[in-house]
Amino acid sequence: MTDQLFDALIELADDNLVLGHRLSEWCGHAPMLEEDLALANLALDLVGTARALYSLAAEVEGKGRTEDDLAYLRVEREYRNLLLVERPNGDFGHTILRQFYFAAFMEPFWSAAAAGSSDARIRAIAAKAAKEMAYHLRHSGEWVVRLGDGTDESHRRMVAAVDALHHYTDELFVASPAAEAMAGAGVLPRREAMRAEWDRLVGQVLAEAGLTAPDVPWPQIGGREGLHGEELGHMLAEMQYLQRAYPGATW
Amino acid sequence: MYSQGLIGADGRTEESPEFLEAFQRRIDAEEKIEPKDPMPAGYRRTLVRQIGQHAHSEIVGMLPEGNWITRAPTLKRKAALLAKVQDEGGHGLYLYAAAETLGVSREEMTEELLAGKAKYSSIFNYPTLSWADIGAIGWLVDGAAIMNQIPLCRCSYGPYSRAMIRICKEESFHQRQGYEIMLTLCRGTPEQKAMAQDALNRWWWPSLMMFGPHDKDSAHTEQSMKWKIKRFTNDQLRQKFIDATVPQAEFLGLTIPDPELRWNPDKNDGRGGYDHGPIDWDEFWRVVKGHGRMNRDRLAARRKAHDEGAWVREAALAHARKRKARAMAAE
Amino acid sequence: MTETPTPLWEVFIRPRNGLSHKHVGSVHAADAELALQAARDVYTRRGEGTSIWVVPSAAITASDPDAAAEFFEPTADKIYRHPTFYEIPEEVGHM
Repeated sequence: MTDQLFDALIELADDNLVLGHRLSEWCGHAPMLEEDLALANLALDLVGTARALYSLAAEVEGKGRTEDDLAYLRVEREYRNLLLVERPNGDFGHTILRQFYFAAFMEPFWSAAAAGSSDARIRAIAAKAAKEMAYHLRHSGEWVVRLGDGTDESHRRMVAAVDALHHYTDELFVASPAAEAMAGAGVLPRREAMRAEWDRLVGQVLAEAGLTAPDVPWPQIGGREGLHGEELGHMLAEMQYLQRAYPGATW
Repeated sequence: MYSQGLIGADGRTEESPEFLEAFQRRIDAEEKIEPKDPMPAGYRRTLVRQIGQHAHSEIVGMLPEGNWITRAPTLKRKAALLAKVQDEGGHGLYLYAAAETLGVSREEMTEELLAGKAKYSSIFNYPTLSWADIGAIGWLVDGAAIMNQIPLCRCSYGPYSRAMIRICKEESFHQRQGYEIMLTLCRGTPEQKAMAQDALNRWWWPSLMMFGPHDKDSAHTEQSMKWKIKRFTNDQLRQKFIDATVPQAEFLGLTIPDPELRWNPDKNDGRGGYDHGPIDWDEFWRVVKGHGRMNRDRLAARRKAHDEGAWVREAALAHARKRKARAMAAE
Repeated sequence: MTETPTPLWEVFIRPRNGLSHKHVGSVHAADAELALQAARDVYTRRGEGTSIWVVPSAAITASDPDAAAEFFEPTADKIYRHPTFYEIPEEVGHM
């Protein structure tokens, strides 16, 4: 039970950190100043949630590891994040669509956890994250509509973004053995239970944006087993560089 | 973060002596000047230029520190650095808004920056080569900026003064953030301490240059002081910065890279202060004129963000137009 | 070529319930919803507000500083509008 709770928390923490890291890559380079600040806010929310989840995982594990040990000293095969969140930023359209797909899952997920988790520590993290995700959903959803509907160029770019990212979305609903066990124990919501709400939210926004969700005969799945794309290794090499170059140092 | 020294605006003005006297009386009475108030053309020009440079400095200033967000060594440092760089963006935004009250648009100011016509603080044309540079920038560059920005909160132009009050409030964590990084490094391994010393060696002199040329070589200070846009001279602020910073370096156990630095009890009207060695003004002017290590890269990064974001800004405007048209058609 | 400017919006924030909205600055945004979000992301990062108004800057009609004399000076001599104009004996107590 402890091992499985640890594993399930790591999966969620990795999702948040990897996506937060990706968003932080935008800092100073966004399409407009207002959006630079907005993307940093989204990133800070996600990194904050990741820290809370890693800390809880470390506490559950009870081996004296810290949030930073978990974030900085695991290699890519040990990372358990969704493939969707590790996708490179691409253009702003890719970034905002990736955010929208993720938030459309996490908002209902954290809301359900806040209301129904049997673990008070998770309820606390979830209550905070649910509010943040509601804003992420709103912000990214409004942008998806504007970009899909805006100009011919923006529409073309959003069609490309949907094409590039949609086949990673089925993985949102896949439960690892740890996630399955935690759902069975009432600690975390069942991931597949979010399907109807996700379909509704995504369907509504894509329709308003004039975009169509493609059929996905071969969804991309594997992050929960540490089977990633090639980009994650580069991201971690960059992120972990100081901790790896100066083992044991305090920062 | 930013400091003075590059303003160089032409404060010449052609209004009648009566107009200028009446304006000066308001300034001398510490009245704030608001956007639509009558003001000399030279006052407006000086402000547009100074606030614009200040705003550009904040925006370009996001780049050197942004260079380390993805490599921050702990999650706490990552969040703090991201929040700090985001603040710089916010400060640029407040300042562009203050300049816009004087009748210049953000688009115009951005174009000037991207065309290489507008100046920004030269300190950002130096590269950040190690994590310790993030500490050194927070400690020294933000420290230097605070010296200048606190008096700007009392600037005679209302919107600038209000933006500065907000900025100073938010920036209060920036220098502490930097100093804490330096302290952690100096209490860490010998390699970490060497990293901190190396950063101080590289950032010390450029930080002193941030205050701008010596008063005797600073052409426009006098008019700006008279109009209460500036409240202290470049040399006054630089001295204040050195006197405050030397003991902080001693506490860290680091050496300021100036062999001529020494305490002079007669300085500052007998209150004492530090004498320092000569500043390399050739280097200063070289970097100001675009030949620093990072000048080209900084502008290229800003241009890239601007160009690659154009389709997003256009799409948002196009959608707004379409929505308006649809709403009208539905009526 | 100067690109099409993105409209400017003035931002007003209620710091907490019980207080009025106060002008805090401005943002650029293509429409009202984006302006509202930008105001939230720019001006409430440290918990500065509980409510936001955004108003297109172009929609504000302002008084003219040249007319300040005719607008605001005539009130200066109407001292009978202020309570201290009236003399009430101290024995009457607070009024």
